Amino acid sequence: MIQVDLSGTVGDLTLSVRFEAGAGLTALMGPSGSGKTTLLRAIAGLERLSGRVQVGDAVWQDADRFMPVHKRAVGYVFQEPSLFSHLSVEGNLDFALKRSPKTVDKTGIVDLLRIGALLPRQVERLSGGERQRVAMARALLSGPELLLMDEPLSSLDQSARAEILPLIRDVAERVPVLYVSHDPLEVARLTGQVIYIRNGRLAERPAVTLEGLSQAEIEALAMKALGS
Amino acid sequence: MWEAIRVTLLLAAVTTPLLLLLATPLAWWLAKGTGWFRDTVAAVVALPIVLPPTVLGFYLLIALGPHSPLMVVLQPFGVRTLAFTFPGLVIGSLVYSLPFAVQPIRNAFEAMGPRPLEVAATLRASPWDAFWSVALPQARRGYVTAALLVFAHTIGEFGVVLMIGGAIPGQTEVVSIRIFQAVEQLNFAEAHLISGGLLAFSFVALMIMLVIDRRFGARSAGIRP
Repeated sequence: MIQVDLSGTVGDLTLSVRFEAGAGLTALMGPSGSGKTTLLRAIAGLERLSGRVQVGDAVWQDADRFMPVHKRAVGYVFQEPSLFSHLSVEGNLDFALKRSPKTVDKTGIVDLLRIGALLPRQVERLSGGERQRVAMARALLSGPELLLMDEPLSSLDQSARAEILPLIRDVAERVPVLYVSHDPLEVARLTGQVIYIRNGRLAERPAVTLEGLSQAEIEALAMKALGS
Repeated sequence: MWEAIRVTLLLAAVTTPLLLLLATPLAWWLAKGTGWFRDTVAAVVALPIVLPPTVLGFYLLIALGPHSPLMVVLQPFGVRTLAFTFPGLVIGSLVYSLPFAVQPIRNAFEAMGPRPLEVAATLRASPWDAFWSVALPQARRGYVTAALLVFAHTIGEFGVVLMIGGAIPGQTEVVSIRIFQAVEQLNFAEAHLISGGLLAFSFVALMIMLVIDRRFGARSAGIRP
């Protein structure tokens, strides 16, 4: 169980959000500039908002204390893959593994994200989709109790997205995921648990608009609505 | 001549690692800090680039001489003056080459941006750990550039070492001063020899820097998306 109650101002944005999320994947949706990324960063401790964050039994922050980022059992997948360029793929994974406080099944995670063949490669030689898979594996290897993902597919092409989307579902079976996106179709394929944010506050679910969607996308929405 | 070469190389070999060590926290702070105080310190650090070496040497001579406040502090330890000594030369070189160490390292830290350190923190690396395991390796090109610049710059030092070193053969006489003295004695053969050697050395140092820049340029500027 994840409990978040955060408020404060970062730049021009005033945020005040309170929600709870359980196991599996919970999507955070909203227009750009609504504060999704700021909220995610604040949960990780990369941004300082006041309030309370609790993940499982661990209180990451409340009125009296603010646990620094490196002490939070958080995994973070950034919008762009952000692998360490001075390390190989395996070096990137081991960076996380070495610092994980609990034993993590490296082989299992490598298999889950299908990156076994990439291990000896240099980071620059990877495609965008491969990099993001390695970044996800790296985050999991640090032994997180909560995985935060900030539009991890937004910089990828259609085929890479299609390839990674089911992997994200698999990942969410192992660890709770908060997933920022502004793409309703992507979210529809991932989860039914959605939190909407607008102007830094929780908002009602907006009516679905079909304008600008392709035939295939509308069909996908219809199928989802029909529960198949 | 060989004495002068030995002193010069020793001076450069001592100055370079010391200065890299000294420049690291300074460059880090300049890269991360903000505000007018940081700009003031950055200007002070850059002063040796524009200041005439004799001016710098003059003030250093005063500071290292027997009546300076610095020496008064050191007197109980048996140190009366550092002027015209090899340690004095090292101190002079450190100040003189400071901007050549700080600037490339600072640039490398700035080019890296905040993201690699944020990633490291989410992977449970403490700030100290992240500095060693991420920031330093990511800035390695800056360090190589800084080391080469400082080494070459120290080899070619003239004004500052003359002011505070006094050109004592075997102790504080370096090659650039040796050339000056050879010419004064109309010993053009020796002047040619040392000058030619320095020219070749400087060229090779710059070539190495360019090659390193090309080879590592693509992957040391931080994280690649």
